[in-house]
Amino acid sequence: MKRFIGFVRKEFFHIMRDRRTAAILFGMPILQLLLFGFAIRNEITEVRTGILDLSHDVVTQELTDKIFSSGTFVASGVLNNGKETGPAFASGKMNEVVVFESGFAGNLQRDGTAQMQVITDGSDPNVSRIITGYTESVVREFLVEKAESTGTAQGVEAVPVMMFNSALKSVYLFVPGLMAMILMLVSALMTSISITREKESGTMELLLVSSLKPVQVIIGKVVPYLLLSFVNVITVLALAFLVFGVPCRGSIALLLGESLLFIMTALSLGILISSITNSQQVAMMISLAGLLMPTVLLSGFIFPITSMPLPLQVISNIIPARWYLVIVRGIMLKGAGIGVLWQETLVLVFMSLLFMTVSVRKFSERLQ
Amino acid sequence: MPEPVIHTEKLSKRFGSFTAVDEISFSVSAGEIFGFLGANGAGKTTAMKMLTGLLAPTSGQATVAGFDVYRQSEEIKRNIGYMSQRFSLYDDLTPRENIRFFGGIYGLGKAEITAKCDQMLESLELVKVRDSRLSSLPLGWKQKLAFSVALLHEPKLVFLDEPTGGVDPVTRRRFWDLIYKAASDGITVFVTTHYMDEAEYCDRVSIMVDGKIAALDTPEALKGSFGTATMNDLFIKLARPAIRSGE
Amino acid sequence: MKSMPKDYLQPMRIVVHLLRKEFIQIFHNKGMLPLIFVMPFIQLVILSNAATFDVAQVPFHLQDYDRTPLSEHLVKRFTSTGYFRMTGESSRQDKGIDALISREADMVIVIPREFEKEMINSGHARIQLVINAEDGFNAGVVRGYAYEIISSFNRDIKRLLPQMSSPATVQPNIEIRSSGWYNPELVYSEYMVPGVLVVLVTIIGLFLSAMNVVREKEIGTIDQINVTPIKRWQFITGKLFPFLVIGLGELTVGLLIARVAFHVPMLGSYALIYFVATIYLLVVLGMGLLISTTTDTQQQAMFIAWFFTVIFILLSGLFTPIESMPHWAQNLTQLNPIRHFVDIIRRIMLKGSVIEEILVPLGILSVQSAVMLTLAIVRYRKISA
Repeated sequence: MKRFIGFVRKEFFHIMRDRRTAAILFGMPILQLLLFGFAIRNEITEVRTGILDLSHDVVTQELTDKIFSSGTFVASGVLNNGKETGPAFASGKMNEVVVFESGFAGNLQRDGTAQMQVITDGSDPNVSRIITGYTESVVREFLVEKAESTGTAQGVEAVPVMMFNSALKSVYLFVPGLMAMILMLVSALMTSISITREKESGTMELLLVSSLKPVQVIIGKVVPYLLLSFVNVITVLALAFLVFGVPCRGSIALLLGESLLFIMTALSLGILISSITNSQQVAMMISLAGLLMPTVLLSGFIFPITSMPLPLQVISNIIPARWYLVIVRGIMLKGAGIGVLWQETLVLVFMSLLFMTVSVRKFSERLQ
Repeated sequence: MPEPVIHTEKLSKRFGSFTAVDEISFSVSAGEIFGFLGANGAGKTTAMKMLTGLLAPTSGQATVAGFDVYRQSEEIKRNIGYMSQRFSLYDDLTPRENIRFFGGIYGLGKAEITAKCDQMLESLELVKVRDSRLSSLPLGWKQKLAFSVALLHEPKLVFLDEPTGGVDPVTRRRFWDLIYKAASDGITVFVTTHYMDEAEYCDRVSIMVDGKIAALDTPEALKGSFGTATMNDLFIKLARPAIRSGE
Repeated sequence: MKSMPKDYLQPMRIVVHLLRKEFIQIFHNKGMLPLIFVMPFIQLVILSNAATFDVAQVPFHLQDYDRTPLSEHLVKRFTSTGYFRMTGESSRQDKGIDALISREADMVIVIPREFEKEMINSGHARIQLVINAEDGFNAGVVRGYAYEIISSFNRDIKRLLPQMSSPATVQPNIEIRSSGWYNPELVYSEYMVPGVLVVLVTIIGLFLSAMNVVREKEIGTIDQINVTPIKRWQFITGKLFPFLVIGLGELTVGLLIARVAFHVPMLGSYALIYFVATIYLLVVLGMGLLISTTTDTQQQAMFIAWFFTVIFILLSGLFTPIESMPHWAQNLTQLNPIRHFVDIIRRIMLKGSVIEEILVPLGILSVQSAVMLTLAIVRYRKISA
């Protein structure tokens, strides 16, 4: 046991002595959280809108004013005919063109319905949809106001209540995602590299011929990263709370416990990677290319899993971060307890055990 | 008296407050096998790195092959061969690929490389394994190959940093045959080693202790003046009082 | 000193030898080959499909305290559109919240008692939509769908509830037809594939180059190179070129997949894409080599490379629109090479932009590549201090 502690201490020294790595290990999560917390969002604050008014009547004028008074839309010019649409998009001058059909007010009066067209720059479908949605809601509001002013309001009125995140802030969504990404990469990447490095330089054999058991060697390599990652969790959570006001409505102890579990999963994944290769390069490529993009894209970090095609929803189940995200969001935003999250927790426990069993087996195969 | 191939004058290297090499002065003349001895951490490798242009000296003077180590390190590189203590050919290339690569880097022509490659593989008896990865060959073979590669561009002077570490006495003996052959071709050999029997093979040896040269002469003269029977005894006598010892 | 005959091709020949060695090493490395040549494409195919904000089949929980034909009609409107599906029903408020917490539902529809009665009497009634706003964007979309359904319901309400007392005016309605320029169907893959492709090419290029020199440092072979008279620019060129070739090779396969598997249109010129890609790769590889020459271990190199990759990817406008960032962050993205290349490749492929239209981002990339390469050459030291 004494020897083992000595070994863990050596690992710590290795990490901390390398100032650059230590600086990155602690500085990076903070910097990333701040940068992304402020910069990454889904709300669009400035829609450059052009108007193509084929009617030029009171109602279209009123509606145009309504659109530009909302603050989101910025008047970026008036078009005279449809041919000007293409160039307006190509130059990037506009990302939306609103077209009112001719005789707009007349049609509305006579038939009770008039048509308008919203053309958006579809080269980014996401922006396109967001903008279209914004425009539709402005028009809807316009209609409601009109009906109220004329006293003709009738039918069902829906009163929405936005639960858990009433301001619809994307920071609330992204903080848990960033945590998952940072932990996954710090833990999985650093362990896999650090173990393969010992293999590459031949010091692994040295450790294994000492009286330490292989399991002890592995645990010794992992413990420092476990602690470092845990420090990162606490830093990120503190920042999320202090800087971005992300609440933690559930139990903090549970959140920390689950984070510890996720770190274990990531670490065991790192060990697994290092057990199947002897080269740092390969370990790094697997951890990075194999973990970075899927963790960003398939975990629900940015894109909702329910929006994905079915086969991808199935694949997303093998991404540990996916489960951790559900847990973190559940605890922080919804105040969920273990009673709700036990399934996700079990999945992570199972994954960790699986990764560890396979890697222990792989390691002992190699040693015989 | 021909101009010395290596000449140093109070050459020093400091890393912060630590003086790795402390004002060493010596000369090596052409065709000599010069043994550069010292305990681990005595400063041998640092000194050698300065002479080969891998490391900039802190102070002092040195010329190698007639070129100044401060201003003409690239000219020095054209005229020296180097074999480092960490085995430094590419393990994931074959002997042939290594020879061709280093030949190319030194600017040898295609025909010249091919001829040298064949001749070298032949004389090192590596023809059979010329297309196997180096990683699959015994260390002794790799060392012989590394030495020959260091001589590929026909340098005047070759630096060998513990060239025979980790192999058995018979293999070491064979390696020294290669060194003698190179010396008889007029190449100056500057070699560091841990093995005192190897020190006996040198024309002259210097012994470094704590960054300084503690003794420098022919093995016979050294043994005589210090009154020891073997180089081993001499080494122990000199190195024991060392303040910093490697391991 | 023996003077050598002047041979002007000599310096290039040295580079060629270095190149050959690098290529042999890459192809000898059996562990890396599949990672370089197979994994990116699997990822391209999978990940390009993942990036969508489409919301469909939103699960909702119903709390109908009215239980009248009208309330049933309204619920049927929700379930019959395909946007919503019902996953549960209850009549206690906390049950609804529980459903949101356990992710059984993303919305709770609360129809109050006397809903129908109120509608008949006053022509106006309220319902409540409790939406899970964890994902604010998603919640906005869900709310939009619900409004859509309710307003269509309102248009038919006269027919459904003839006994309703109300003024006989027509509800005015404005019909909005929306379409996307360049991509009328708003197909996500058309816009994701080029972007994901850029990221994959970047990751491969950056990491291979960032690990390369430092690996030779760790193994010790770098000394053997440094004692040769090789010039710094020769060394950097020899290290850079193989990865440039690999990068362009990956791009080619990726473009092919984009074409064949995703039917991404190609309105511009391939030649232009390759031209820009070459300049872009010089930025990436220059940066990788700079990292590699200034670090001591592969672990350090990889960590620094990772740090920049994550920042570059997330601030590239690939996943979240640049337009949605605050102004300072938008300005910051001007420094981000991935942003510019993603922008350019999308413009060329989807909008058919020609070189005149991409001069600004192309100019930025060119300056960046010059800076990176110069730094990489200057910071590579054959002699350590």
